[in-house]
Amino acid sequence: MKIVIAGGFAAGKTTFVDSISEITPLTTEAPMTSASFGVDDASMVATKTTTTVAMDFGRITLSETTVLYLFGTPGQDRFWFMWDELSKGAVGAIVLVDTRRLADCFAALDYFDKRSLPYLVALNTFDGKLVHDAEAVREALTIPDDVPVMAVDARERVSTKTALVSLVAHAIDRKRAAALV
Amino acid sequence: MSTPKPNRFVRQFALTQGRARSIGTDLPLDTQVQTTLSGRNRERELVAESAAILRMCRTPISIAEISAHLHVHLGVARVLVSDLAATGDVAVTTADHDENGPDLLTLERLLDDLQAL
Repeated sequence: MKIVIAGGFAAGKTTFVDSISEITPLTTEAPMTSASFGVDDASMVATKTTTTVAMDFGRITLSETTVLYLFGTPGQDRFWFMWDELSKGAVGAIVLVDTRRLADCFAALDYFDKRSLPYLVALNTFDGKLVHDAEAVREALTIPDDVPVMAVDARERVSTKTALVSLVAHAIDRKRAAALV
Repeated sequence: MSTPKPNRFVRQFALTQGRARSIGTDLPLDTQVQTTLSGRNRERELVAESAAILRMCRTPISIAEISAHLHVHLGVARVLVSDLAATGDVAVTTADHDENGPDLLTLERLLDDLQAL
């Protein structure tokens, strides 16, 4: 099983994973090829460039038969099909927000807002301080009321465990509500 | 006289005989891979990367971990694992849920397990 840890650049994704993973976070890479047009000469020659998308991830073994992976989204926002791959069949996602740089998480919030994957928003308390409180952030980022918003210290296992538990509880609530329809 | 080292991406391509797979097809990143009994005996017959996979999968690990430990791209790890599965040297276990994620019972067990951490 997997849970996606999403968020903007330096929001604390790898720190989050590291706090609770039983292994030191690993990195897996995938090449992405994109065509671009060079304008060095008049003939507008197309050149292919290969970028590598990297994802940090960790693992928690829960039982002999159950392993939970925490996959961090790639640093760059534009590789949405990698986000799709990570999200497919996932338990849910945690969107980490650095409240000192709210704009950095817009893309991540937009992404999950448009999809059906259960997610929650975790406000990372850098230096142990939350710059804005949960409700203020909810308003500022127009996070829907049915999406949990909570504070987390991505460095602390106790805190990141609480965030994971909250996400799974939220996923369960969503599944139960869907079953009643 | 030393021969120049091919760049890593070209070498990875050669490993899979050019069969790079596109992202999103085939085995998911969290697929568990475990070396079979017959696979354990075949380590010595295989090229370095495949033998390495057989060694590292004696306890099950995911394709993502294989990719990370071997320093090969995800697509390459998928192809190598698929090949080893085809020859019966590894057993591959994908999660038994669809793209909508685990069912309610599985989620409830997950919640219990996480709380007990």
